[in-house]
Amino acid sequence: METVPKPSRDVPPKKNRLQAKKKVETSLGWKRKTRRYWEEETSLTAAGASPGPPSNKKNRELRHQRPKNTNIQKKSRFSRAQPPKKPRELRNPEPQRSLSGAQDPFPGPAPIPVEVAQKFCRIDKSKKLPHSKSKTRSRLEVAEAEEQEISIKAARSELLLAEEPGFLEGEDGEDTAKIRQVDIVEAVDIASAAKHFDLNLRQFGPYRLNYSRTGRHLAFGGRRGHVATLDWVTKRLMCEINVMEAVRDIRFLHSEALFAVAQNRWLHIYDNQGIELHCIRRCDRVTRLEFLPFHFLLATASETGFLTYLDVSVGKIVAALNARAGRLDVMTKNPYNAVIHLGHSNGTVSLWSPAMKEPLAKILCHRGGVRAVAVDSTGTYMATSGLDHQLKIFDLRGTFQPLSARTLPQGAGHLVFSQRGLLAAGMGDVVNIWAGQGKASLPSLEQPYLTHRLSGHVHGLHFCPFEDVLGVGHTGGITSMLVPGAAEPNFDGLESNPYRSQKQRQEWEVKALLEKVPAELICLDPRALAEVDVISLEQEKKERIERLGYDPEAKAPFQPKPKQKGRSSTASLVKRKRKVMDEEHRDKVRQSLEQQPQKQEKKAKPTRARPSALDRFLR
Amino acid sequence: MSAAGVAESLLALSQQEELEDLPKDYPLNPSEDEEDIDGERKHQKLLEAISSLDGNNRWKLAERSEASLKVSEFNVTSEGLGEKLVLSDLLGPVKTSSSLAAVKKQLNRVKSKKTVELPLNKEEVERARTPLEQEVFNLLHKNKQPVTDPLLTPVEKASLKAMSLEEAKMRRAELQRARALQSYYEARARREKKIKSKKYRKVLKKGKAKKALKEFEKLQKENPTAALEELEKIEKARMMERMSLKHQNSGKWAKSKAIMAKYDLKARQAMQEQLARHKELTQKLQAASESEEEEGDVEEEGELLVPDAVNEIQMDADGPNPWMLRNHSSGTKEARIQDPEQLPEPVAHETPESEEEERPGAEEEILLNEFEERRSLRKKAELNQDTEPVSRQEPKDSSSQEVLSELRALSQKLNKENQSGKQKVSSARTVRVVQRKDPTEEEEEPLLLHRPERAQTVEDLEELGKEGCFQNKEVPRSVLEGQQLERNPNNHPGAPKEKKKKEQMIDLQNFLTTKSPSVKSLAVPMTIEELEDEEERDQKRMIKEAFAGDDVIRDFLKEKREAVEASKPKDVDLTLPGWGEWGGVGLKPSAKKRRRFLIKTPEGPPRKDKNLPNVIINEKRNVHAAAHQVRVLPYPFTHHQQFERTIQTPIGPTWNTQRAFQNLTMPKVVTKPGHIIKPIKAEDVGYRSSSRSDLSVVQRNPKQLTVRHKNQLKKNSID
Repeated sequence: METVPKPSRDVPPKKNRLQAKKKVETSLGWKRKTRRYWEEETSLTAAGASPGPPSNKKNRELRHQRPKNTNIQKKSRFSRAQPPKKPRELRNPEPQRSLSGAQDPFPGPAPIPVEVAQKFCRIDKSKKLPHSKSKTRSRLEVAEAEEQEISIKAARSELLLAEEPGFLEGEDGEDTAKIRQVDIVEAVDIASAAKHFDLNLRQFGPYRLNYSRTGRHLAFGGRRGHVATLDWVTKRLMCEINVMEAVRDIRFLHSEALFAVAQNRWLHIYDNQGIELHCIRRCDRVTRLEFLPFHFLLATASETGFLTYLDVSVGKIVAALNARAGRLDVMTKNPYNAVIHLGHSNGTVSLWSPAMKEPLAKILCHRGGVRAVAVDSTGTYMATSGLDHQLKIFDLRGTFQPLSARTLPQGAGHLVFSQRGLLAAGMGDVVNIWAGQGKASLPSLEQPYLTHRLSGHVHGLHFCPFEDVLGVGHTGGITSMLVPGAAEPNFDGLESNPYRSQKQRQEWEVKALLEKVPAELICLDPRALAEVDVISLEQEKKERIERLGYDPEAKAPFQPKPKQKGRSSTASLVKRKRKVMDEEHRDKVRQSLEQQPQKQEKKAKPTRARPSALDRFLR
Repeated sequence: MSAAGVAESLLALSQQEELEDLPKDYPLNPSEDEEDIDGERKHQKLLEAISSLDGNNRWKLAERSEASLKVSEFNVTSEGLGEKLVLSDLLGPVKTSSSLAAVKKQLNRVKSKKTVELPLNKEEVERARTPLEQEVFNLLHKNKQPVTDPLLTPVEKASLKAMSLEEAKMRRAELQRARALQSYYEARARREKKIKSKKYRKVLKKGKAKKALKEFEKLQKENPTAALEELEKIEKARMMERMSLKHQNSGKWAKSKAIMAKYDLKARQAMQEQLARHKELTQKLQAASESEEEEGDVEEEGELLVPDAVNEIQMDADGPNPWMLRNHSSGTKEARIQDPEQLPEPVAHETPESEEEERPGAEEEILLNEFEERRSLRKKAELNQDTEPVSRQEPKDSSSQEVLSELRALSQKLNKENQSGKQKVSSARTVRVVQRKDPTEEEEEPLLLHRPERAQTVEDLEELGKEGCFQNKEVPRSVLEGQQLERNPNNHPGAPKEKKKKEQMIDLQNFLTTKSPSVKSLAVPMTIEELEDEEERDQKRMIKEAFAGDDVIRDFLKEKREAVEASKPKDVDLTLPGWGEWGGVGLKPSAKKRRRFLIKTPEGPPRKDKNLPNVIINEKRNVHAAAHQVRVLPYPFTHHQQFERTIQTPIGPTWNTQRAFQNLTMPKVVTKPGHIIKPIKAEDVGYRSSSRSDLSVVQRNPKQLTVRHKNQLKKNSID
C-alpha cells in the first residue's frame, strides 16, 4: 500500500485470485482478443459468447474467514448505518436471451454505479493534451477503453467486500466520549468482548508495543528488558524473554516470525521463539524503529542523530542519513509513500527518503519541540503534537499547511492513526480518540470520540490492523481497548490474512520478496514513476540534434510539387511557396492576436488590486 | 688644513640633514628636475588652451594611458586636479586589503586617544595671560629665542654640532683605522674564498650553522619578532631544499657513488649521509611558539599563494550577481541588527568623535572604495527604512560622516525614484518597464554610477512599490522604533527590522501563535486534574520562558533563505581580466566587459514552497528514481503527456482483478504444445499471391476481412 498509488483506500479486490485458474474468457468489449493458431475458424464465432456467471463459490470461501469486527447493537443506543443507495448506474444496453428461450428478468451483466467505477479510474483527464495524430489518438482511445473495462471489473468485485465498519453512536445528544470501555464490552458479543483485556506488568516499566501486519500478533517490550510476543486473539504466548538491557522500541518485521528490538546499545533481531538471530552493531543507540513492508526496510532513528535504513531481505544498510538535528526520538512512516517523518526539537518535522541525503521537505510545526508525529494511511493528513501543548493536523498533499489545531491540557506525547483515520493521542495516563465523518476524513478535534483512563502513563500506542482494537502500552502494562470503527473491516486474503496458515505465509513471503520495491524509489509522490523523465528526454533530444547537426523532428520547409508542363515555371513555384508562407504567417498572427487579450487580462488583474490609501486602516 | 676639515665636515653634515629632510618636507615637483619634459608639457598645455578657445573649454585631465604597479612619480602631474599632489598618496597601495584596513583603523584609533596629560605643563607654556608675559613672549619671538624646552637658539645648536679640533683629529684617526681594517678583512676574505679544501668548507659551514643557531636562540629571547623573521628565512631555505633535487642521490656524484656502493662501504655511507642530510634539511623546524608562527605562516603563505587579483575577480564575479548582492546586504543588515544590542549606548555617542579623528587615515580608503560603498549603500538604501535609523545609530562601521551624508542624499533620491517608480510599477508590473526606466535615471544621475538596476523578481518590484507607500510614515516610525529599542533592546530585536520578510513573517507568526481552542476532555490526565487552571497558566509561562531564547521562527526563516539561495541557478562569469584591456594587480575589468561576458542562467520554475512560509521543499532531483523512469518516447507519441496517459493504469495483480490482469498481460503470441505452427503464407499477411489473375485473392483485402469478422462477431454475440 505504500508504493502503490491508489485512488481509494479500499483494499482492491484481489480476492479473485482465490478463484481456480480458468481459461481466459473474453467479454464482449474486450479488444485484445486475438486469434490463436490452434483455434479453428469456427471457434472464432463462439469466442465472445457468454460471460461467466458470477462465482458464488468464492463468496462462500471468504465468508468463513471474515474478521469478527465489533459490530455493536445495543437496543436503540447503537445502530448500524444503512449504506445509501446509488442513484446512477451503468447498464449494458443489449438484452440477452438464454438457450431455453426463457426471458431473463435482469438481462445483461449487473449494473454498476458510476461513482464506484470512477473510484478505480487512474487516468488523469484534467490535463489537456496537445493535438495528437490519428495514430496516437487511437492508442489513447485504447488505453482509455482498457481503463474503463478494468474499473468496471474492479467495481463489480467490490461486492465481495461484505463487511462494514462498526461505530458508536450516542442517543440524541449523548456524548460518545462518556461511554466507557465497560459499557462497550457489555454491549458487544463475547468474541469481541474478549478483545478487551489488560495485562498487568508493573514490574518491567513502561511498555512499547507493535502489532504484526496481519493484526494477529502482538509484540511488546518493557523498558526493563521484558520482551514478549503473543497471538493476542487466542492469548497464546509465542516467546517471552528478558534481554537484560533497556528496550527502547520493538517492531515486527515483514511477518510475525521476526521482530526487531532496539536495545540500549544495539539493534537485535529475534525470531518467534525468542532466539536472537542478529545483533546489528551498525545501528547503535536506536530510539525508534519503523518497518516499511513493501521495501523490506527497517528504518531506525538513533540518539546520535542518524536515520539508518536496513534492508532486512539482504541484511545490508541501504542508507545512513545524518539528520543534523540532534537526538532523534520522534519517528513515523507515511504508509502511502514510505517516507519517514522525523520530529525535531526545533519544532520542525522533516521528511526523509533513503535516496536523498537531505530531507525531502521540512515543515515548521510548533514553537517548541515536536513530541509526536503520526500520518494516516492515505498519506493525506499528518498529526503533530509539540511541547507547546498543541495538537495540529497538517495537509500532506503538497501544501503542508495546518488544517486544524487544538490546545490540549497537557499535550499529547503519543499519536497514532488507525486504518480508517481515527486519531488516538496519549496524554499522561489518558487516551483520547478523535473521529471524522466517514473514512479517510479529517478527524474533527472538537469532540473526542472516546476517552479512556489507564492505570499508568502512556508509553506506546498502536492500532491493531483489521480489528477495532487499540493497544496501549503504559507503565502498568498493556491495555487492549475496543474502538469501534477503527480498522478496515475487509482484509485482503492474499496480502495480509490474519487467518493464514504457515504454508500460506511462506507462499506470501516469497511473493512479497519478488515484488520488493527498490529503496531508491521512495519519493514524495509515488505516482512520479508513471511519468516520463522530461529532463533527460529533453537532454537526449538536444544531444541528438547536436550530433546529427539538424533537428530530425522539425517540420520540413514547404517544397512545391512539380506540376504539369507549363505550370511549374519558376515564377509559379515561387508564388506557390509564398502562398504557403503567407498562410503560415497569417496563422501565427491570428494566434498571437487571440492570445493578446488573455495576456492583457492577466496584466489587468494586479492593477485592480492596487493598494488604496485607506488600506492602512484595515489592520 | 684643520679649519678646512672642520668646514668640510660641517658641510657634509648639513647636506646630510637636507637629504634626510627632503622626502618629508618638499612636495616633489618633478617639473623642476627634468626640464625637457617640462617644456614638452608646456607646449601641450598651450595647444590645449588654444583648442579650448572655441568655446568648448573642457579641461582635459592628464591621464595615464598605461597601467602598471610601478608608477614613476615623474610622470604624474598635479595639473588638472585642483589640489596638490602628496607623495604619501602615491606611495600608498591602490587599495588596501580590507582585513588590514580594519587593523589600521584600530591602530589609528589607539593613536588618536592621547594619553592623559598633566594639565600644568601645557598651561604654563602655551598661555600668556598677563600683559607682562605677553611682552616677554613677543620679545622672545622677535629674537628667535626658544620658548619651550630646548632653550637653545639655532646658532647655539649649530655651534654645538661643530666639533673641537682634537675631536676632529681623533675622528679622522678612527676613520683611517677603520679603512685599514676593512682592507685587511677584504684581503682575508679574498684569500679564504680561494681555498679549495673541502674539509675546510665543511668545518666552516658547521661553524656557521652553529653560530647561526646560537644567534637565533639569543634573538628568540631578546627580540621575538626578529626571530620570527629569521625563522621564516629558515623555513624558506627548507622550502628551497624541498624544491631542489639536491641531496637526493640524484646528482652526478651520487650516481657514481651508487654504482660504487655495492662494493664500497664508504660510498654507501656517503650516500646515506647525503640522504640524512636531505632529511635534516627538509625537516620542519620545531619552534617554541609553534602554533602562532604556523598560523602566521599559513596566512602569509596564503597571501603569497593566492594573489589578490584572484580574490578581487571573485568579488567582481559576485558583484553583478544580484542574488549574491542581496545576500551580502542582508548579511550586513544582520550584523547591524546584532550590533546595537552589543554596544552600550555611551559608546554609540562617542563614536562620531573618534571617527573624525581617524578620518585622515580612512580618507584614502574612502576615496578608493567609494564606488563599492556607493553600490552597497544603494542596495542598503533600497531597504532604506531600516538602514537609516540603524546607520544613524552607529556610523561607526567604516563610513565617515561624509559618506553618511551621501547616504542620506542617496536614500532620499531613491525614495523619490521609488515613489515615481511605484506609479509606473502599479500601472503595469512588468520587468520591462522598469528596465526601460532605468537608463534615463542613469543619465540624470551620473554621480550615482548606476549600473542599470534590474528588478530581479516581481517581488522586488512589489517591494519597491511598498517602500514608496511607506515613505510618508517613515520618519515617525523610525523614531518610534528607536525609542522602543532604547526601552527594551532585547524584546524582539529582529521583529521590527525584518521588513523585507515582513509579510511572510507575520504569516508565520500567526500560524504558529494562533490560539487554538483547547479541548475539554472528560478525562483529564491525573497530574493536572487538581488546580488545572493555575497550573496551566504556570506551565504556559514556563514554556514561554523556556523557549523565549531560541527563536524557532527566525532560525527556520534563515534556513529557508539559505536553501532558496543555494537552489538558485548561478550566473556564469566568463570575464578574463587583461583581455582586450590593461590588466594587472588592482585593476578590474570594466563593468561593460563584465556585463558582456556574464551569462545569465535563466530563472527556473518558481519554487514549490514559494508561498508556503513554514515549509522547505527540497527541489533536488531524485536521480536514482529518475533512472527507473521512461526517458524515450515510443513511436507514435509526440508529447510526453500523451504517452503518460497510456501508462497510468497499473497492470499488476495488486491493483486489478484476476481476470482483468490476465487480459491485460495476455501475450500477442501464444504457443500450445501439440499444435503445428504453419509457416506464414503471403495471403496471411495480406500480400497478393504470385498469380495476378486470382481475383478472389485480390479482393480479400485485410481491412475488409477484419470488418467482416467484426460483423460476424457482433451477430454471434447478439444471438
